[in-house]
Amino acid sequence: MNTLLKQKDILGFGALAVIIIILPLFVESKYYFIVLNVIGLNTIVVVGLNLLIGFAGQISLGHAAFYGLGSYFSGILTVNYGFPLWPAMVVGMMATGAVAYLIGYPSLKLRGHYLVMATLGFGIIINILMGELEQFTGGHDGLMGIPPLAIGGLIFDNDLKNFYLIWSFVFLCMLAARNLLNSRVGRALRAISGSEVAANSLGVNTADYKVKVFVLSAMFASISGSLYAHYITFISPSSYDFHYSIQVVTMVIVGGMGSLWGSLLGAGVLTCISEALHVAKQYHIIAYGVFLCLVLVFLPEGILMGIINIFLKKKTQQNIIKANRQ
Amino acid sequence: MDFSQQIAQYIVTGLTIGAIYAIVAMGFNIIHNATGIVNFAQCEFISLGGMFMYSLVVLFKVNLIISFFISMAGVALIGALIEIGPIRHARSKEIIVLIFLTIGLSEVLRGTAQEVWGTDNVGVPAFSGENPIHLLGGATIVPQHIWIFAITVLVMLMLHYFFKKTLMGKAMRATAVNRRAAALVGISVNRITLFSFAFSGALGAVAGIIIAPISTTSYDTGIMLGLKGFAAAILGGYGNFAGAILGGVILGLLESLGAGLVSSQYKDAIAFFILLLVLFLKPTGIMGYGEAERV
Repeated sequence: MNTLLKQKDILGFGALAVIIIILPLFVESKYYFIVLNVIGLNTIVVVGLNLLIGFAGQISLGHAAFYGLGSYFSGILTVNYGFPLWPAMVVGMMATGAVAYLIGYPSLKLRGHYLVMATLGFGIIINILMGELEQFTGGHDGLMGIPPLAIGGLIFDNDLKNFYLIWSFVFLCMLAARNLLNSRVGRALRAISGSEVAANSLGVNTADYKVKVFVLSAMFASISGSLYAHYITFISPSSYDFHYSIQVVTMVIVGGMGSLWGSLLGAGVLTCISEALHVAKQYHIIAYGVFLCLVLVFLPEGILMGIINIFLKKKTQQNIIKANRQ
Repeated sequence: MDFSQQIAQYIVTGLTIGAIYAIVAMGFNIIHNATGIVNFAQCEFISLGGMFMYSLVVLFKVNLIISFFISMAGVALIGALIEIGPIRHARSKEIIVLIFLTIGLSEVLRGTAQEVWGTDNVGVPAFSGENPIHLLGGATIVPQHIWIFAITVLVMLMLHYFFKKTLMGKAMRATAVNRRAAALVGISVNRITLFSFAFSGALGAVAGIIIAPISTTSYDTGIMLGLKGFAAAILGGYGNFAGAILGGVILGLLESLGAGLVSSQYKDAIAFFILLLVLFLKPTGIMGYGEAERV
């Protein structure tokens, strides 16, 4: 079983790599590149968040804040303090991880859904700070002139170059997540999502693992946020509000809780829906809401596994979510 | 206006907004006790209450009292429909799925409200004039403040009577303690859940209706009020009714005093900062008994 799984993974990641390399050949308009890049950025956040929701069974409504911390650390350090680009990104990632640890440690030691409350409050506070700490963040007008990333002489200053940069990160993050899930840690996480009590009695330190997954998912969001800041070169608080936290949660659920490839699908489908509704912005909220409700009511395992299960006719109530996590 | 007058004014404002938070917190608690979930659609109940009231009173010129009850009943009906439809028919009953479902429903309701009423802030006339009344201590209040206090107290007394004296109230308390045991002694847990959603809808509507004349209302006023009411529920002890009142009042006072004396820019952050403090220091809240279960 284990080798089969790995073969399947090699196939999947190989296909992903090939698609990433050749896709730009078929894309002509700048607009589609922007959409693809946004999908990539969202995928990184969603993969991280899915580790938390799908495996630790915990909800975060504050991932916009971690995404924003990455953006603002990169932006502020490079624009205001002339920090080198990549170190600024790493500092942002470490700092975001540390903040996530401070939020996660106390709330995940408790049984129940305390994390959702803590992240909700934290997300709103960070969003307010982005607007009010004007001397650092540029306030509600935002922070402009963030330099593009560069490796040596290669400057990522157009949509195509950023496509390869962002999707390389998507590939690496997904690979990291897959490796993590196939390791001892991953087995512990699956045990936790199966039965927390059983995992605990077999010596898995459940609280500890949950905190670590939460920190990791925050760091993924931070990386994505940094990439976004250097890609768009302008950031403002409105990109990191409560609504973004809900968007990424929706992507996790539509893709399927605990499904790695589903994360890619969820981010893709919902980013496209957002873009398709760009002209009719007022329907945006309804579309997300309706999509979220329909999937939760009828396909709680996500659209990917949901459709596969319909074909395989494995639709018993009990294994809906659990099967998907294994 | 001297300092003591200012303080008195902040306290009056704080108590008013605290009363609103208390009602909202109560709505969160009722659904939590019946189902164990956090109902994020509670936020939308508040907005809808305010907007129904606006439509009836301002657009259709319906009598104020009649509008009040129609709005309340309307939102209660929406609450009930949410339960009868999506919540009851969700194929997975895991808590995490149901919490997400309430988030989705909240988006649907908010989006629809935006379609119907647009994004403008609209005013609702005060229940009995706008002439300010001077109090001892130098604070001034408008009659609407008194209405808010009076209605909140009345709602709380009715809730107290309902939960202590009526069969339905007792059944709801029994369900909160143990769903399975309640079902075993013949309580229809489904009916309790349905009733809880309708009840929370009505409570959310009341909060939205009585605050509207003071702060105006729009399709999304409920988000901040709702999330702060949620913070109040945690502060008081999640699921605890006396705690909801205490949490609401304390949160309202701290927010009003904090905004007035420290910084009005961070007014909205104060409630959530307190929420984080409570979670870290005493997650069971003020009135919560015992320790939260640690793992």
